[in-house]
Amino acid sequence: MAINWYHYASPATFHPLAGRLAAAFAWLAAALTAAGLWIGFVVAPTDATQGEAYRIIFIHVPTAWMAMFIYLVMAFWSALALGFNTRLSAMMAQSLAPTGALMALLALWTGAFWGRPTWGTYWAWDARMTSTLILLFLYLGVIALRNAIDDPRRADKACAVLTLVGAVNVPIIYFSVRWWNTLHQGASVSLTSAPKMATIMLTGMLVMTFACWFWCIAVALWRVQAIILERERGAGWVAALPAVRET
Amino acid sequence: MKARHRRFAWILVGLAALGVAVALVLNAFRSHLVFFFSPSQVIANEAPVGRPFRIGGLVQVGSIVRDTGSLTVRFVVTDTAKDVPVTYTGLLPDLFKEGKGVVAQGTLGPDGVFRATEVLAKHDENYMPPEAAAAIEQAHKGGQAKTLSR
Amino acid sequence: MAEFFAMGGYGWYVWMSYGACAVVVVGEALSVRARRRRALEDARLAAVDAPSRGAGAMP
Repeated sequence: MAINWYHYASPATFHPLAGRLAAAFAWLAAALTAAGLWIGFVVAPTDATQGEAYRIIFIHVPTAWMAMFIYLVMAFWSALALGFNTRLSAMMAQSLAPTGALMALLALWTGAFWGRPTWGTYWAWDARMTSTLILLFLYLGVIALRNAIDDPRRADKACAVLTLVGAVNVPIIYFSVRWWNTLHQGASVSLTSAPKMATIMLTGMLVMTFACWFWCIAVALWRVQAIILERERGAGWVAALPAVRET
Repeated sequence: MKARHRRFAWILVGLAALGVAVALVLNAFRSHLVFFFSPSQVIANEAPVGRPFRIGGLVQVGSIVRDTGSLTVRFVVTDTAKDVPVTYTGLLPDLFKEGKGVVAQGTLGPDGVFRATEVLAKHDENYMPPEAAAAIEQAHKGGQAKTLSR
Repeated sequence: MAEFFAMGGYGWYVWMSYGACAVVVVGEALSVRARRRRALEDARLAAVDAPSRGAGAMP
């Protein structure tokens, strides 16, 4: 069955669809968070080396993965926006930036509160942490650039270029623990080797990752609804929305 | 020059500036973000001289000597090829243990002893319950006993 | 229960991590909702300013 992508690429058709999708993803995220926290705090045993402090992994790794992944998704939408000049792709990229920034912030924050009891410090300028901090600043840079340019279509282009150039940082973060001597340990989970975690711990981490992922989708869809309304303010379909007519 | 051309020129200038910034960041990574040096590098004089640096490796088993009456501790950092003795006064992180990873910041004295001002623990990427860790330990010891008796 | 919250002596670190995440999730949801309401309000004002355009575009 062929999907008419151009149909869904129209803000007018996507606005109601985004609302329904966001609600579904938010419920899924809530259910998975409950399951993930149950596994992480009740079912999963304590860690042999780190004791209970390791339980931060169930929130640290999902937020760190999301911080990197959202940047790649943002780069994907930016490339589409630049290449095909599609309005909705640019709005998706615009919507993802604040969520990505918050995920990067949470990854750094939870990492600090995990590093203090295990390594003995909240912060160190090693390659993994420094490149994650650069990721946060890239997100903030994209948001700042967006706000600095009045014309939304020009802001789309400028932000897309900055996003694509900054994308080089993502592989640097991912491989930093292999390329350089870092305080941060290597990857426990990768595509190329067996996980270096007990199965139940890994399960908890993956469930929390999906919870985090679905939450990010939900909140980004809600935000893109607001962005569509902001940018299509004068359009007839916006004026005809029940929520606009009745208020 | 048309407005379109001028905009294109600005984008090129911006891209060039960003490229330079990225190159600078990458260079910084290569030259300054070596977080620590291994004992082999230190012995081979690859570590910076005259300024503090970090040394990283494993705490040699049986090398920890705690001063009675003070917080001074001496231990040996090894990468299994070369060893560097370290002295440090202060509180140690919970995960500082014999045979485990450590990163110490400080300066190398003329006597070859590394005087640390900060000691961090570097743990590995393995997570398992204590029973599993004990079982692995047991299997490891059993294996060693077997090779010894042979 | 107290033992659970103590997290083997690591309670401060564990709960500061999870607490920050809870704050961010709630904060982001509230800020997005506020932004949507603001956008709807602005759209309503725009529709009032140009009623003919708003009505005319609909079939």
